[in-house]
Amino acid sequence: MPTRAADPPTRARAAGPKAAARTDPGRRPPWWRTRTAKGIGYATPTAAFVAVLFVLPLLLVGRMSASDWPLLTGYQSLNLPDNYTELADGDLLWPAVRFTLLYTAVTTVLLIGIALLLALLVQEARPGVGFLRTAYFLPSVLGLASASLLFWGFYSPSAGPIAALPQRLGLTDEPVSFLGTPTAALLSTVGLVVWKFAGFYMLILLVGLQSIGHDVYEAARIDGASRRQTFRHITLPLLRPSLALTLVLSVTGSLLAFDQFFVLTKGGPDNSTVTVVQLIYREAFQRLDLGTAAALSVLVLLALLILNAAQFRGLRRSDES
Amino acid sequence: MRRAASPPGPVRRMALAALAAAVLTTLAAGCGKGMGAAGGDGGAGGGSGSTRGVDDGTTLTMWTRAATQAQSQALVKAYNAGHRNKVELTVIPTDDYQAKVGTAAGSKDLPDLFAADVVFAPDYAAAGLFADLSGRIDALPYADDLAPSHIKAGTYDGKRYVVPHTLDLSVLFYNRTLYEKAGLDPGEPPATLAEWDRHARAVDALGGGVDGTFFGGNCGGCGVFTWWPSIWAAGEQVMNDEGTSSALDSPTARSVYDVYRGWAEDGIAAAGAKEETGATWTGRFPKGNIGVMPMPSTTLGLMPDDLDFGVAPIPGPDGGTSTFVGGDAIGIAATSDKADQAWDFLKWSLGDEAQVDVVAAHGDVVARTDLADNRHAAADPRQVTVNQLVAKGRTPYARKFGQTFNDPNGPWLKLMRDAVYGDAGRIRADNEAISRSLAD
Repeated sequence: MPTRAADPPTRARAAGPKAAARTDPGRRPPWWRTRTAKGIGYATPTAAFVAVLFVLPLLLVGRMSASDWPLLTGYQSLNLPDNYTELADGDLLWPAVRFTLLYTAVTTVLLIGIALLLALLVQEARPGVGFLRTAYFLPSVLGLASASLLFWGFYSPSAGPIAALPQRLGLTDEPVSFLGTPTAALLSTVGLVVWKFAGFYMLILLVGLQSIGHDVYEAARIDGASRRQTFRHITLPLLRPSLALTLVLSVTGSLLAFDQFFVLTKGGPDNSTVTVVQLIYREAFQRLDLGTAAALSVLVLLALLILNAAQFRGLRRSDES
Repeated sequence: MRRAASPPGPVRRMALAALAAAVLTTLAAGCGKGMGAAGGDGGAGGGSGSTRGVDDGTTLTMWTRAATQAQSQALVKAYNAGHRNKVELTVIPTDDYQAKVGTAAGSKDLPDLFAADVVFAPDYAAAGLFADLSGRIDALPYADDLAPSHIKAGTYDGKRYVVPHTLDLSVLFYNRTLYEKAGLDPGEPPATLAEWDRHARAVDALGGGVDGTFFGGNCGGCGVFTWWPSIWAAGEQVMNDEGTSSALDSPTARSVYDVYRGWAEDGIAAAGAKEETGATWTGRFPKGNIGVMPMPSTTLGLMPDDLDFGVAPIPGPDGGTSTFVGGDAIGIAATSDKADQAWDFLKWSLGDEAQVDVVAAHGDVVARTDLADNRHAAADPRQVTVNQLVAKGRTPYARKFGQTFNDPNGPWLKLMRDAVYGDAGRIRADNEAISRSLAD
């Protein structure tokens, strides 16, 4: 982002003479007229916002994670490192970490793959494309919890319309069990997430696709590149920043997955779909222990920091290339 | 216990008021009992108003969970219609109730009145969320007739913190039409678990979309509510009295699990039982194609008119009967500064008028054992059956109940699933995990 980096000094230079003309060069301006004071004035609301809504809660979580802090009775005493060791002893943590990683991998690959397909499909302005773009994008305007509830209804063998359909048609003996086995539950949830987010990711990729100049494609065509070669050597490399963005969004979002599993599976069947964030919820609101919930949050935060740092490094490298 | 170490003004004032109430009511109870009906209307003009309740046009906030909202709404509506106080009821999704109460307790935002699934009452009472009602309860002329297992669940350190609000008992519902079709006697519900098994299989054999039974196979709360009575019916415990150690791997318990396992393996239970998380488990029987299954008594008033069904107590493996006395207990938040007005609602809700004309009229179980034979119940033999069970049934007591038995990722659901769908050899280890969670 070289242009953005160069931006502020240019603006400052431009403002310079005007500012000098307004103030008397012989007298020092009062402190509230100085650039520093103005800067502080502009930054204060945001700083206060960040302090109250981000820094303070972060500090509180840190303190909670080091304390015996039942939800119902509040702070009791410091107990570092009991909350952390208790977490390590729990038998749900490692399966949850493994499942979250598996879910992230499956979701990210499917989501970006399908989003890319959709974007390529509606890339050219042709009759009917506007309708398709809208149709693909529409699920994104739903809240995730509402969408999950909708799918829960669809999947439900008791209340849903589609579980019993194959049985009615004589294809199976039993209603289809969308959430009954670990694999089915995972795939059903991934199905919901792909339906819900593919349109949004398509939009990001579509913007990326449209920013690739026609002259580049034309040059490739003149050089005799096949469609596949064009896609492989022109489209994909030039789409890398957009792909990287979808990758970061999908990985971060999937690692923090909660709503869809909370509504659809509640971590079942047999604890096979418990995600890390669900464990945090469970510590806080089933076991009513804010201390261990905070400790787990701190660990998740650290893991995300490391991961995002790595991803941004990759993103920067792809920008440079 | 930062809060307990330096109680804020209202709490201390209320503690004093409660103490005063206790002293007063000992006197009042003495008088009241001697004077019979004259003292029956509550505190005999005691100045504090504590035992009597205050109706001065105050607006009271109240929470309840969705599972029992119909009952709470009916009571609140009737109270608001006849009093200057107004109760504003907020219904919270059942699964979120623990979280909501916990968060509100932490930030001292609890409403004046809140009902809780009676199994959570021990933990809430011990954590100090409720105001002590001992003195006020003692002053009620029918104090001894309040559903005993609810009162016990809300008793901590000898102090009583809750009164029964809605009673929800687990009872066997059986479809008389299907019984007849299957060649069973529609007047003879199963008296043992073995008979229940035989009936379910006979109905299931009818085929054509009809199933023998149904249960929430992925729902810890359903298991607690409908499986445990069969264990109790045999005179056995599921936990020790303190609720700190589990006995859910006893031979009796195993024999109960085995029957359910048979239903799962042989397809006697309707499809979907294995996935049923509790959200739709009561929706099956009213459709008329399930033979016999345990259900909450609160669904009695919600059955379609054209469904010919009977109810019966839940039997044990070789006979005996029991029930899970569930539902909601209600208390006044320790942080409320409208305790006297809140008590006015609670006192009214337990009175004859509310219990008979609202609760019983709606087809629900009354909170007082002395009203079991009321005129509404007499009109429906099914309701008498249920009312009589209140005295026989149990409410399990454990402080760590939620995280052990209701948590969908907790140890009890794992035992249920292993016992019915998975490796039954793990029951012993699962039971130990339950004990660990209880003693947590």
